[in-house]
Amino acid sequence: MGIFAFKLPDIGEGVVEGEVVEWMVSVGDSVKEDDPILSVMTDKATVEIPSPTDGVVKSIVGEPGTILAVGQVCIEFETDGEDSTPAPIEEKVEEAEPVKEVAPVETAPAPTPEPVAAPVAAPTPVVVAAPGARPLASPAVRQRARESGIELSGVSGSGPAGRITHGDLDSWKEAGSPVAAAGPSRTALTGVTEVPVIGLRRKIAESMTASYSTIPHFSYFEEVDITDLETLRVHLNASRADGQPKLTYLPFIMQGLVRALGENPVCNALYDDEKGVVSRHDAIHLGIATQTDRGLYVPVVKHVEAQDIWTSASEMQRVSQAARDGTASLGELTGSTFTITSLGRMGGLGATPIINKPEVGILGVHNAVDTPVVRNGQIVIRKMLRLSSSWDHRVVDGWDGAVLVQRLKTLLENPATIFM
Amino acid sequence: MKVRKCKVLVIGAGPGGYVAAIRSGQLGMDTVIVEGEKAGGTCLIRGCIPSKAMIHAAHKFHDLAKHAKEGGHMGISIPGPAELEMAALKGWKDDIVNRLNKGVEQLLKKSGAELITGWAEFKDAKTVVVGEIQIEAEYVILANGSVPIELPFMKYGDGVISSREALDIDEKLEHLVVVGGGYIGLELGIVHRMLGSEVTIVEAMDSVLPIFDKELRRPLELFLKKNKVKVNTGVFAKGVEKLDNGKLKLNYIDKNHADDDSKMQSVEADRVLVTVGRRPRSEGLAPTGVALNERGFVKVNDQCQTNMKGVYAIGDLTDLGEMLAHVASFQGEMVAEIIAGHNRVYDPVAVPAIVFTEPEIVSVGLSPDEAKEAGHPVIVGKFPLAANGRSLTQEAEKTGGFVRVVAREDDHRLLGVQAVGTHVSELVGEWTLALEMGALLEDIAGTIHAHPTMTEMTHEAVLATLGHAIHIA
Repeated sequence: MGIFAFKLPDIGEGVVEGEVVEWMVSVGDSVKEDDPILSVMTDKATVEIPSPTDGVVKSIVGEPGTILAVGQVCIEFETDGEDSTPAPIEEKVEEAEPVKEVAPVETAPAPTPEPVAAPVAAPTPVVVAAPGARPLASPAVRQRARESGIELSGVSGSGPAGRITHGDLDSWKEAGSPVAAAGPSRTALTGVTEVPVIGLRRKIAESMTASYSTIPHFSYFEEVDITDLETLRVHLNASRADGQPKLTYLPFIMQGLVRALGENPVCNALYDDEKGVVSRHDAIHLGIATQTDRGLYVPVVKHVEAQDIWTSASEMQRVSQAARDGTASLGELTGSTFTITSLGRMGGLGATPIINKPEVGILGVHNAVDTPVVRNGQIVIRKMLRLSSSWDHRVVDGWDGAVLVQRLKTLLENPATIFM
Repeated sequence: MKVRKCKVLVIGAGPGGYVAAIRSGQLGMDTVIVEGEKAGGTCLIRGCIPSKAMIHAAHKFHDLAKHAKEGGHMGISIPGPAELEMAALKGWKDDIVNRLNKGVEQLLKKSGAELITGWAEFKDAKTVVVGEIQIEAEYVILANGSVPIELPFMKYGDGVISSREALDIDEKLEHLVVVGGGYIGLELGIVHRMLGSEVTIVEAMDSVLPIFDKELRRPLELFLKKNKVKVNTGVFAKGVEKLDNGKLKLNYIDKNHADDDSKMQSVEADRVLVTVGRRPRSEGLAPTGVALNERGFVKVNDQCQTNMKGVYAIGDLTDLGEMLAHVASFQGEMVAEIIAGHNRVYDPVAVPAIVFTEPEIVSVGLSPDEAKEAGHPVIVGKFPLAANGRSLTQEAEKTGGFVRVVAREDDHRLLGVQAVGTHVSELVGEWTLALEMGALLEDIAGTIHAHPTMTEMTHEAVLATLGHAIHIA
């Protein structure tokens, strides 16, 4: 018997510590290698740590809420091995093994749609893609799909034997999945429930404090007439092809932001206030503030500038669903250059959203309301959408923030121009 | 102790590591590569390359015998039997190896990567000590490679050798015994047979090269028989004894009677070459915290990432892909690009595998049996070397051999190609590309293949699969 002391692995970009959310094992439990043993929360995401070895849990360090440093011993196992090498190397081999078996060509007659299985943000991404249905496509097409974030199993190929061509990628569209909701009782009550602010809640608390206490926010509000956009949206939804997602206002706003942010790069930037450098980004990576059962997450739709409206819609649905399901990877929860927080269902007259530091701006989108407005001296009913924005006044002047919002307003009020 | 900080640190300058370092250097990243022996690794220094040199030389020597009499083969005669000076042969082989080693060092230098010679000792995942230098890196690429498996009951030394020592033999052996009839044992066994030594192969499985199907093995088995290589299959090696005459005695026993000592057989040898596979060189990685699987391979995902952030592993060391140099090189190039921010994954459709025996055996993609097992409706077509003009002109058909094409019956998608025969290894490039591109039989049938070349066999085997080969009835 040997003791295997397992140290908390380095689990993410610059992550130096993690908070214990849950131990899935207790002292005395037998575990198998790769069984989940610990859930830890980092700055970015909650990750499940799999067991590095077979063995019996001898001791564990930390209760939920405890902060563990990367490299700190967090669990000890009793193993069959002699030392703390996780897997002893087999020395005794009786027969020759010339080459590991030749890789099977994983192919199937037709690309069968695979469920978009967003990987759990596990620190040990050790599982090689399972063999199974594999779309027929050349290496160049596969690489282009990867760079564009397109799952080839969802693309139908027009080439011989269903081979996916560059042309097929050009015309690719993908489906998303719908969204779930939740709801909420008269007696004098006296109970008090103390809720420890740990885990994601603490992370939210810390990042909100960091943002609000260092960034001088200024907020700017506007109302947008989306009557024409609504007509277009209803038309597109009525005529959409099978597999195309139903469009809400957000994809239009995402597409409008591509233009407006592109023209106002000062607003699509990250401000490293310690180094004193603002990094303006050409890419538009939009954070989508998403309420989940576990609290607020900001999954990111990457490279919106390279997407059409259908892709934006399906990608937004995909990442926000992954955030709700708790399956969003670290990569899907980081890297945004600007954030949208949708207040649509809740309505509201206005809000002062808090900037997702180190970004320099955030856009709140309220619900659309049929409102009497004056047009050409007449009171008419128009569909009006309210926008609330906040800006980092250290690096974004009032003028810049206003210009961006006004540009977005013009685009949304003249929806054809979004696409021109 | 001197501290050298860098962006990328590569451990091991084999075909995985040195390619990773060159690509990393090309991408402008401050790169250090550490190698304990000579740059080039198992492949260039003590594997693929030296063994191919020895195979070439062995063929030359073997062929000369056909001319060493009056009225020799092809009308070419030499006055007496060819002489073999093993030390000089080893020197010639070493020159090739040294040239490649120097070439790799030059390429590393030109790319801007710094080669540090010495054995790396890990302090933690991103800090190593090499002699008097401590290297601290942002990213680490583990390319430690693999080593021959040692049998616990007959350890290396005292005449029991691995492939490494087998390539440095500088005297003529009377009798070489090879334990393990896999590709390494067969390649080296055939070399020594062609150089005039007696060769006996001892293999636990019921055939040599059991990973290939019977049809593919057949020409090789015939060659071994014809050239009097003794093959004992279905037997376990039990150990070696040193004899008074300085020779070794290898004991082996029928695997069905492995407990009955009275059935023990033995064979005398000058050297016993043990080639029972290779294992990852993952000892020494404990301070890094990278996770290993039950067989000691470093566990990685399809981007070669280990469980430790910023620590990658490639090649023979990992559980991703076959233990083949070209897999390691591909992964090395890929990982350097991933570190530089490119979005790449290891997703080959097909990985070619070649055995440089005589005749050579090549396989890429699925064999007919594998294709059926995977549920494909399968059609197969073959074309023999004996019906290919170019093969006849270089006597490649003498060992028998054929090219075999496997495709789907319904959509004619190519699933795999295998071949056995002299000089067939160079054909595999077209097949691999066709598989990666998702080619149909019609794509290959519609491609003009140069005459007179052995590539015409690919065209003909495809036509045979479609039911209308031209140059065979």
